[in-house]
Amino acid sequence: MEALLTGFSKWLAATSLSHTIQTVTWIIPTLQTIHILCVAIVFSSAVLVDLRIFRLFERDQRLSVITQRFLTPIWPVLVILLITGSLLIIGEPRRSLVNITFYLKMALLIVAVLLTATLQRAAVASPGLFEDNGRRLTGQALATLSVLVWCGILFAGRWIAYTQAGL
Amino acid sequence: MSQFSDLVGVFEESGVAAAIRESDTLFPFIESVHVIAICLVVGTIFAIDLRLLGLASVGRPVSRLASAILPVTWGAFAVAAASGFLLFISNATKYLANGYFDAKIILICAAGLNMIIFHAISAKDLPQWETQAVPPLRARLAGLLSILLWITVVACGRWIGFTMQVL
Repeated sequence: MEALLTGFSKWLAATSLSHTIQTVTWIIPTLQTIHILCVAIVFSSAVLVDLRIFRLFERDQRLSVITQRFLTPIWPVLVILLITGSLLIIGEPRRSLVNITFYLKMALLIVAVLLTATLQRAAVASPGLFEDNGRRLTGQALATLSVLVWCGILFAGRWIAYTQAGL
Repeated sequence: MSQFSDLVGVFEESGVAAAIRESDTLFPFIESVHVIAICLVVGTIFAIDLRLLGLASVGRPVSRLASAILPVTWGAFAVAAASGFLLFISNATKYLANGYFDAKIILICAAGLNMIIFHAISAKDLPQWETQAVPPLRARLAGLLSILLWITVVACGRWIGFTMQVL
């Protein structure tokens, strides 16, 4: 598997797009800046919704309204993250594709996306979600998990730079 | 100026700074915390700025949104400043000699100044317009300037990583 990924990384690194990203010095920091700004938007939106579940943010508005306001914009921003992330991989394939931290980040991302999408759907389906005493604890457990998973994604994202092959 | 250099020297030669400098994991760990905190600072500020621009949370009065979000922003800012300070003292002399680091500090001060000016001058008649979906021009300008300043803060932060070798 690793040989396959190394081979694919070498092929990707030899493409003209990868060559351009590697040689034009401002492209990678610019892509990383856009990537981090988008991470800031997605992460903050998720955290504010999680705080609402804990009744620590705008508790006079129902959870369905808060998810509508803060989770709906997450999806187009995730598309920009996917594009900038893909371009960064094309520019430096070995940095991510032959790096266990990158796969940890992607696994956590899948969990975060599923969690966020489920929460958004559930809140729309039942506007008073997690409001009654019985379900409040479930909501708080999910909100804690959401914050931890997003923090894990950001942590892993930074550690990709420190765990890449050849270091 | 020499007093300032002396002070910087004291911090840079401290045991804490040496520990961060010499450890393989401490610097990336603190840096990850810094990134998480900065993302929360920037993301939550964007939420308020977009309200000032009349582009998001338009059904919420500005002061109400700000008072709900700003505790999160300030909490995250405290963590970002503390973790940033630890990263700084680990290689203070090199950071101070880096133009992007100096620019980042100046831009953060400019963003703070923009906020103070907005509060002092523009927001005096806040109760008269804060429920409007689209606030007056001076509030929209403050929001736009804030977004632009924070984008450049993040960009400078990323460029520091490409223009100085700390490990």
